[in-house]
Amino acid sequence: MIASRPGLVRQIVAVIHKDLLVEWRGQARLLAMGTYAVTLLLLFSFAVGPDTKTLQQHAAGYVWLALLSASTMTLTQSFRVETEAGALEALLMLPVDHRAIYFGKALANTALLVVLAFLVMPVAAILFDLSAAEGLYWLLPPIVLGAAGLAGPGTLYAALTARVAAQQLMLPLLLFPLIVPALVAAVKSTSLVLQGDPMGQMSSWLIVLASFDLIFWSLSGLLFAKVVEE
Amino acid sequence: MKWENWVGLLGLALISVGHYQGLFVAPPEAMMGDVGRILYAHVPTAWVALVVYLVAFVAAVGSLGSGKRGWDALVESAVEVGVVLNLLLLFQGAVWAKPTWGVFWTWDPRLTTTAIMAVSFIGVLVLRAMLNRPAQRAVASAVYTIFAFVSVPVVYFSVKWWKTLHQPFSSPETVDSPMVTPLRVAAFGMLFLATFLIARRWRLAYAKLSREDEAPDLPPAAAAIRLEGGGA
Repeated sequence: MIASRPGLVRQIVAVIHKDLLVEWRGQARLLAMGTYAVTLLLLFSFAVGPDTKTLQQHAAGYVWLALLSASTMTLTQSFRVETEAGALEALLMLPVDHRAIYFGKALANTALLVVLAFLVMPVAAILFDLSAAEGLYWLLPPIVLGAAGLAGPGTLYAALTARVAAQQLMLPLLLFPLIVPALVAAVKSTSLVLQGDPMGQMSSWLIVLASFDLIFWSLSGLLFAKVVEE
Repeated sequence: MKWENWVGLLGLALISVGHYQGLFVAPPEAMMGDVGRILYAHVPTAWVALVVYLVAFVAAVGSLGSGKRGWDALVESAVEVGVVLNLLLLFQGAVWAKPTWGVFWTWDPRLTTTAIMAVSFIGVLVLRAMLNRPAQRAVASAVYTIFAFVSVPVVYFSVKWWKTLHQPFSSPETVDSPMVTPLRVAAFGMLFLATFLIARRWRLAYAKLSREDEAPDLPPAAAAIRLEGGGA
């Protein structure tokens, strides 16, 4: 081991910084994703019909489906930039713990999705005439935990499919079945914030979401090294 | 004759005996009548599908740990047989659900989990077909098989909370004694048949993987993908 090698946390922070900087320099991409997600919201409304009551009831589902679709773009991007010009090989050659690369990238992806959610939510609120029955700050836990639920396994799968020619197709094909529990819990808890939570189910759904994150973040952290070394 | 052929024949024999008993000897099911006799096909399929996926999971862990070709071939063969059983299970379930519940499909946790399980493991097969470099394919499919397997109980419990409607698990303890024997016989028959299929499929997969290693001259298209991917 190199004596001056920084600790795991500092390595993770460095990777997050790098990824977010890349994203920041290409702001057009985030904007494109936001627009894409908003377009999807519009499409859902057209598909369901202009009945405000129905739209309101299912708003949480539409928002999460839009985020999920948009997330595949961030996730494929996060490794597309690495595989171009062999940047990933260079990154792996640095004295950086491979777990740091995974957790850094996964956290950066989570952050991007949270930002995206906060871009999409107000638009959804206007389109579907939403109001938060339980206090607006309650939206934060489902959004953060839900974004982590998509980004955690999503980052690993993006690495897994980075060298597949049809990555745009393969990533959702592999990721979507896996994240069903996260989607169910995120939609339910977001919906409870919007529609009100008379039965006090909020905490149970957040626990489901947190457990999902815990299981798949640990498993991904464990297996990531195997995936990138190959 | 290879050992697995004997196992396969034994499986066929047991399935025949089990279903003969199930169709003609065992009494009709108390609530569902003769429709309930699909139990002797459905329940063994469910059990064996899960066992086969467990085999795939163990093989994936073995493949990831050892990097040996034999484990990778077992991942391929077990996942493939598992997917066949899984699709069979969904089909039988729909056939059974229509006369008993009035619909082909409900959002019951076990049904939903079975469907998600099917698409997850089909993903393994698609992923394998898309990757050309043997080592990369072995790691990717092993990792994804582990994820798909681990997610089964997580999906099950989350959907269970989401909505529920299904009779409790059928096991020899929950069914009446004249039904136990045909159920057990059919289940072992199915298990032996699956073993036969996996073994046959394993031989084929292993032979193919070995040939790949000996003659790594990929077709031009695959070589191009390899170059594009940055090699390494």
